[in-house]
Amino acid sequence: MDNIAIELRGIDKSFGPVHANKNINLKVRKGTIHGIIGENGAGKSTLMSILYGFYQADSGEILVDGKPVAIRDPNAAIAAGIGMVHQHFMLVENFTVLENIMLGAEDSQILNKGIAKARVELKRLEREYALEVDPDAVIEELPVGLQQRVEILKALYRRADILILDEPTGVLTPAEADHLFRVLGQLKNQGKTVILITHKLREIMAITDEVSVMRRGEMVATRTTAETSVEELAELMVGRRVLLRVEKGEAKPGEVKLAVEGLTVKDGRGVTMVDNVSFNLKAGEIVGIAGVAGNGQSELLEAISGIRRAVSGSVLLNGKPIEVTGRADPSELRNRGLAHVPEDRHHVGLVLKFEECENAILGYHHDKRYLNGVFLNVDAIRKDAEKRIAEYDIRPPNPRLKTANFSGGNQQKIVLAREMERGPDVLIIGQPTRGVDVGAIEFIHRRIIEMRDQGMAVLLVSVELDEIRALSDRILVMFAGRVVGERGPDATEGELGLLMAGVEGRKEAAE
Amino acid sequence: MSTPYAKLPGWAEYGLIPLINLAVAFLVAGLVVLLVGENPLEAAYHLINGAFGRGEYLGFTLYYATTFIFTGLAVAVAFHAGLFNIGGEGQAYVGGIGVALACLWLDQTMPWFVVFPLAILGSAFFGAAWAFLPGWLQAKRGSHIVITTIMFNFIASSLMVYLLTRVLKPLGSMSPQTRTFAEGGQLPKLDWLLAIFGLDIGTAPFNVSFLLALVAAFCVWLLIWRTKLGYEMRTMGHSPSAARYAGMSESRITVITMMISGALAGMMALNPIMGEQGRMQLDFVQGAGFVGIAVALMGRSHPAGIIPAAVLFGMLYQGGAEISFEMPSISRDMIVIIQGLVILFAGALENMFRPAIARLFAMQSRRAAVVAQTKGA
Repeated sequence: MDNIAIELRGIDKSFGPVHANKNINLKVRKGTIHGIIGENGAGKSTLMSILYGFYQADSGEILVDGKPVAIRDPNAAIAAGIGMVHQHFMLVENFTVLENIMLGAEDSQILNKGIAKARVELKRLEREYALEVDPDAVIEELPVGLQQRVEILKALYRRADILILDEPTGVLTPAEADHLFRVLGQLKNQGKTVILITHKLREIMAITDEVSVMRRGEMVATRTTAETSVEELAELMVGRRVLLRVEKGEAKPGEVKLAVEGLTVKDGRGVTMVDNVSFNLKAGEIVGIAGVAGNGQSELLEAISGIRRAVSGSVLLNGKPIEVTGRADPSELRNRGLAHVPEDRHHVGLVLKFEECENAILGYHHDKRYLNGVFLNVDAIRKDAEKRIAEYDIRPPNPRLKTANFSGGNQQKIVLAREMERGPDVLIIGQPTRGVDVGAIEFIHRRIIEMRDQGMAVLLVSVELDEIRALSDRILVMFAGRVVGERGPDATEGELGLLMAGVEGRKEAAE
Repeated sequence: MSTPYAKLPGWAEYGLIPLINLAVAFLVAGLVVLLVGENPLEAAYHLINGAFGRGEYLGFTLYYATTFIFTGLAVAVAFHAGLFNIGGEGQAYVGGIGVALACLWLDQTMPWFVVFPLAILGSAFFGAAWAFLPGWLQAKRGSHIVITTIMFNFIASSLMVYLLTRVLKPLGSMSPQTRTFAEGGQLPKLDWLLAIFGLDIGTAPFNVSFLLALVAAFCVWLLIWRTKLGYEMRTMGHSPSAARYAGMSESRITVITMMISGALAGMMALNPIMGEQGRMQLDFVQGAGFVGIAVALMGRSHPAGIIPAAVLFGMLYQGGAEISFEMPSISRDMIVIIQGLVILFAGALENMFRPAIARLFAMQSRRAAVVAQTKGA
């Protein structure tokens, strides 16, 4: 078959005892959009990293246009016509678009000639694929959607015929995502082959021609998208039937647990990230904060939990003030009943190099039951960890395993178990299911609702609009640091999307 | 995916890899010896024999090792909190003041076992004080500890020249050193310890502070892995953002860690001052503070690794001196080159052979898994 752009035969890859890819076979037809879907830790990223030369497969071969190629490093991948758009952009923030696109493909030591050539080439690419972007704009001043476009241009500039996109919509607004899909469609029409890695079923259904499902390192199925359904794919991914909607009853809000008034937070550069935000959070309700990443949600959570100092405003926890503008101490706040599941569990919520049981006490290490004087009571810590591992079904059930060796979902369960277990009054959660597999998402969502039903006040920040809509009893939308609207849980995606893009909000504020 | 290298079994991680690194270092060192026209095997013989061949040689090796255990532990403690204390040299130097003061005060009236505890406290206090300032400057003013500790090494050096030429020098003496201590200011040798193994200590200055070094190693283990403070230090060392999230005070931990590190470095001064010379001389540290960095690197900041690493460097010091004595064309500088190679391979390039070894182990564990599966079926 000569219309196969890329073929993988028997790809096998292990990292020590972890068998990340088991005998993977995959054929991607030329000029199609091929989705690869699977839970986190299913081996998608490993497979693509092999394809792009970051890792070497232990065995198996890769064929591009029917010819076997050895991809030893990303340069070899580029030479074979494979380009990659990473989940986290690989751009030099203070370079211009043009400089970034040329980076690594400068042609000569003297830049002038290269720049002129690149400019011409860039113009051509822009015309051909409708990918307009100002070549002289500095990357850090561009919105995320445009930065991603630069990544795509970078790959095209290197004459990629096969484009791999790793979780491309994670950072985009719904409108930006739609635009990206149009661009991908355009690329397909021009004969390029696109491989789209995602865990979002909806995206797969919306734009792919074919979809391959990975589960636990194996390629379990390939389907023609038009002939499959979301339900079938979800089942293939998880290996069993999944409840995609969370069942929950009416909220019974009680007294106000957390009162935020006029909170303003600036970042290190003095840019206002949270701008005069006020809201109340009551016992027994979940308030969701929707918004595109980077609109102040992170800073809001950090200020409330005492990690980041606010410029002005006040926060009352159970009627008593938190010194958000002064020396709020996270460990004191924990004692006062405020638990915090941070957005970034890898760098903030967990110490990946610690054993599981060591992370299970992070922030609660002052607790008397873990201590014998100044010494740690190691037995008590491990016993406690074992108990919670059982309760939260953390796998593998080994409190002495390094945290880095747990999957994303299980890592998140470690954090949740730690923060929920003491029955706090207020639970603030950032991105509860980012990088978490479908099976664990269901578990986490059910837990959050259980906590609400037990009378906990939950503040939820997520960039997953579906998650916000599924869990929240009230939805606040943040844009450019401000709360631009409040909606009920029945608000449509379009309505929230407009608010998130700052369109509706401005009108509302003007009225 | 999140782990770049597979996890190796403990004995390979802490035993096999350092051994391979060491073997390669010696191989390259052998080539260097060959290059100057000498027989590497002969050099190796002199190195090993000169370090372990006789009770006296072993005594010297362990004497140097004692020094390196202290400075290695000092560097390791700071490493665990993510701090790179390059100031061990200066802290050890200043720690000598504490030892000298205790000895000069009480050596004529008290026995060594009264003076020794005071000297320990004195050395720890002065060492800690010398590390406090860089720690405080980092915590409160953001001055990087690597820079400030280096500068403090120079300040320590000048300060000690001043003290030893003007203040602590006995009147009428021409050399920059304190007076020689009376018996109360000198530590007993551990001749009985070597005698158990039928060895004669000879003139080697192997003394009681070796036992103190072992106790210190155990205490460091306790501190790092079994106390709340150690837990906080490690949290900060691995992830400052997680420490902030957990409500740990970065500045408090920085200052305390640096003081513990400085105290350990300061205690090194006991060994040469009370254990060997019986007086404080100019420049008695002789680079031990820097060797401590290599020892901590090689010992992977774990006391159980630091002790053998310190013995290894003790061997290089002692055996190296023997080589240059026996083989005149190999100068003292050649020995420094060999030591440098050990540091290079054991410290800086410690990950060089890891991927290959990890792959070997992965292959083996997979084979074992297959065997287990077929047996299970």
